[in-house]
Amino acid sequence: MKYEDFKDNEYLEQLRASGTNVIVGRLDDLINWGRSNSVWPLTFATSCCGIEFMAVGAARYDFARFGFEVTRASPRQADVIIVAGTIVHKMAPVLRRLYDQMAEPKYVIAMGGCAISGGPFRNSYHVVQGVNTILPVDVYVPGCPPRPEALLYGMMQLQRKIKVQKFLGEVNRKEKKADK
Amino acid sequence: MFDFSVITGWVDRMLRSFLPEEATVLVEFVMIGVAILLGYAVIALVLIYTERRVCAFFQCRVGPNRVGPWGLTQSFADMIKMLTKELITINNVDRFLFNLAPFIVIIASVISFSCLPFAKGLELIDFNVGAFFVMAVSSMGIVGILLAGWSSNNKYSLIGAMRSGAQMISYELSIGMSILTIIVFTDTAQLSLIVANQADGWFIFKGHVPAFIAFMIYLIAGTAETNRGPFDLPEADSELTAGYHTEYSGMHFGFFYLAEYLNMFIVAGMATTLFLGGWMPLYIPGWDGFNRAMDFIPSLFWFLGKTGVLIFIMMWFKWTFPRLRIDQLLTLEWKYLLPINLVNMFVMVMVVVFEWHW
Amino acid sequence: MSSLKEHILKIVPEAEVSEGEVPVVNVSPGAFRTLAIHLREDAGLQFDYLVCMTGMDFGENLGVYYRFRSTVLRQELTVRVETVNREQPELMTVADLWATAELNEREVFDFFGIRFINHPDMRRLFLRNDWVGHPLRKDYDPALNDVRLHSDETLDTAPVLEVTEEGVVEEKENVVFGDSEYVVNIGPQHPATHGVLRFRVSLEGEMVKKVDVNCGYIHRGIEKMCESMTYPQTLALTDRLDYLSAHQNRHALCRCIEQAMGLEVPERAQYIRTIMDELTRVASHLLFWSTFCMDLGALTAFFYGFRDREKILNLLEETCGGRLIMNYNVIGGVMADIHPRFVEGVKEFIRYLPGAMKEYHEIFTGNVIARQRMRGIGVLSRDKAVSFGVTGPSGRASGWACDVRKLKPYAVYDKVAFDEVLREDGDVFGRYMVRLDEITQSLRILEQLIDNIPAGPYSVKTKPVVKLPEGSYFTSVEASRGEFGVLIESRGEKNPYRLKFRSPGLPLVSVVDTLATGNKIADLIAIGGSLDYVVPDIDR
Repeated sequence: MKYEDFKDNEYLEQLRASGTNVIVGRLDDLINWGRSNSVWPLTFATSCCGIEFMAVGAARYDFARFGFEVTRASPRQADVIIVAGTIVHKMAPVLRRLYDQMAEPKYVIAMGGCAISGGPFRNSYHVVQGVNTILPVDVYVPGCPPRPEALLYGMMQLQRKIKVQKFLGEVNRKEKKADK
Repeated sequence: MFDFSVITGWVDRMLRSFLPEEATVLVEFVMIGVAILLGYAVIALVLIYTERRVCAFFQCRVGPNRVGPWGLTQSFADMIKMLTKELITINNVDRFLFNLAPFIVIIASVISFSCLPFAKGLELIDFNVGAFFVMAVSSMGIVGILLAGWSSNNKYSLIGAMRSGAQMISYELSIGMSILTIIVFTDTAQLSLIVANQADGWFIFKGHVPAFIAFMIYLIAGTAETNRGPFDLPEADSELTAGYHTEYSGMHFGFFYLAEYLNMFIVAGMATTLFLGGWMPLYIPGWDGFNRAMDFIPSLFWFLGKTGVLIFIMMWFKWTFPRLRIDQLLTLEWKYLLPINLVNMFVMVMVVVFEWHW
Repeated sequence: MSSLKEHILKIVPEAEVSEGEVPVVNVSPGAFRTLAIHLREDAGLQFDYLVCMTGMDFGENLGVYYRFRSTVLRQELTVRVETVNREQPELMTVADLWATAELNEREVFDFFGIRFINHPDMRRLFLRNDWVGHPLRKDYDPALNDVRLHSDETLDTAPVLEVTEEGVVEEKENVVFGDSEYVVNIGPQHPATHGVLRFRVSLEGEMVKKVDVNCGYIHRGIEKMCESMTYPQTLALTDRLDYLSAHQNRHALCRCIEQAMGLEVPERAQYIRTIMDELTRVASHLLFWSTFCMDLGALTAFFYGFRDREKILNLLEETCGGRLIMNYNVIGGVMADIHPRFVEGVKEFIRYLPGAMKEYHEIFTGNVIARQRMRGIGVLSRDKAVSFGVTGPSGRASGWACDVRKLKPYAVYDKVAFDEVLREDGDVFGRYMVRLDEITQSLRILEQLIDNIPAGPYSVKTKPVVKLPEGSYFTSVEASRGEFGVLIESRGEKNPYRLKFRSPGLPLVSVVDTLATGNKIADLIAIGGSLDYVVPDIDR
């Protein structure tokens, strides 16, 4: 893939265009560098996409190159939840709970048609029509199931997205508590 | 061979020249403390990186190579990430013990780390019962793990902590016995003297068969002591999600993570000190030129090199063997290692009493 | 055949028995229990294997199709039972006769609301406990249930219907887990459950006292969806059932539809299908090896298995266009002809794999820790395997010759020589070894076929909309995990009236309790790994 294609949705970088203090900005850069290069996924998969997720971890595609290989089984220690597979009604509360159990900053990748919209099972009585109804999704990776390359691409886009965050600048500023 | 006491002595004299006695001691304490913590952190990060590359090597993969040249800065990125990650406060836990546990683990690990004689003249804590001190301090880590498991109010954690308790207490015996074997042989428990006694040959060669058996047992028990595969039952990924640290996030988990790697270094470092001559170079009797050439390699490198080889072997264990089951683990210790160890120590006593050694 | 009919009529004189290859017995709910006991125990019947239990909505009434097979006498039988009414549908249980019925009856209750009298545990199997209605009934309204973001309450007691001595049906409650038991949840998100399966495990220290299986975390309602699809459309969903036996599942459904239509599949297509099935089997068993070793803590093995599996995926991708979900079999043949390099690639793979297999045995099978953890753990006797309907490699490890490829050869399995791998030990090690040996056998089949693919068309042209003649059809194939059956009930329309998949996964997961009780937690993981279930296959 050409580098230009990789930057296709250029609005991302514009999010950082508004100026910040030099020191704060540099610190933010450092923190973002750390965070974006150490995205640990949660060991979570429901169906077919899970196998492709495992394939990404395996020898041929090896997402360890990016530092993603430390898949944590405990949601407390994971940074990204890759929703790989169909989410059904019975699973929805469990998924939501898993997401709530994760520590900030946390990200969500919706992998595969089922997670994005219900996919081939959209008409079923027991399938959630896309995880975005339950969780705030950062990156959508389409496919049924997506090829490992597609998932890698999605994870690299997530890295880009993390790099425009502001840890000290804006994002983490405490919100004023609402008057009681 | 370069003696580090030249530097330390110089610093000491320089400080004393313009500071009163108490202030000198205070400044030196702070300096040593900072140096230990720095060394601790750097070694841990390097080990994490090495482990990833080594396991990638075993698994026909590449391993981290995108972050920095050859992925060298990968573990720094991880550290920054972990430092800025949220520490989740969990309802219905024993808040005080929950927060205390990772610190107990990391403190135990730092203290035992600082006991190691790294190089000639570079011994931080060194007194006549050094070996016992290391054993005593390093087993304090169990308390941290037990507390972590118990205070998390999580069933997985509790099972993990119980396993860990059973495992560590058992294997502590083997470690103690094999260290005792060497102490019997060398007649001192001071780590610097143990190293000095190996100037004319490492104990693994000098101590006949008993020392070799003790070394093997130490290596097995040491791997078990660090909770690494094939003895990683307390945090068995596929059984207990993350075992005793399931509920820990952010830097609290980071402490467990760092301590795991550093404990590996400590176990390997102690093995080096006790059996492989510590920072002593390799001498082969009669090969004078070779021996003199060996002297040019700084003692710190000798220590780190030997430790590195042992660490590699321990990683090799982890990435090759399947996990043991808890009853097999205890059987191995109580039915095999411990009896062998007792007999081995008796043999060593015989060797010493009847002076069968060189 | 007629002796079978006579025998049955002797037991239940008022039953209607139809002639045919597999006789269908139509029996009233009152007489069903008597018939079932005789079917199980009579020397001339000996139907010890309940292949498939299909809940049905017949319109006015609900009912169940039971398909029995005798492993001794090699005969099959279908029993059709209708309930008395829709409002209070009740049937007698057969869970005490065939252990596999226990979960199957819960499934039928979940989907159709038929309650089974004397069944020990009448909780829902797949859906939430607070689910409204029974989705596979024809009058079910999907608007009743929307996505709820709070978990349903986990039930520690199970409702039971019991018949008292006077013949009155009483509602009671059975205790699943007592208050003082230490119950640990394993799953739904857990690395060792291979998906989103949930075990509730009662522990005593490290010992497992009881395992309660909670399914449905990936229940996608495929069977209901199929009812509103045309036959070619239903094919797409089979790949996603057990994605590791995608070809075989689809093969089963294609075969069922083709048989119903009376369609002859060209020989080239049969050869290609067989080759694809075997490649899928090898890929699946390689994945089993990887994940099983990972469950036992040998992480490196995982990467070796995946490395070699990628080679098969390459071959499949070249021809079918997909790595996992292939969509290759169609009604009347296959979607496209094989890739020009396919034959060569398969040959290369056949040459490569034995070397890798040797490596597998060296790194894991021969390891002393691995052996100690596998030997003698979770022993499944042959009788239990048959009663639970545990087919596939897991059943064959218990000495049950249940290979559909041998019993009722389909495609070109009758033209190739291969051994059915059987072992007597029935433990984790047995199941493990059967799979590895089956890889060798699959390679043998591939070797015989790959050079002899006949020329000719790879598919028969069929109309885009297919109508099947009225009736019910059942076909099964040997998928990677066991017997995969398809039952189509057709009313002569363009979409099936009822489509049921007999998945090999449900029986596999139903034996976990039996196997794991009395063992350690670590053994539970090993047993689960060795059974090698795929969760979407269980939940469908």
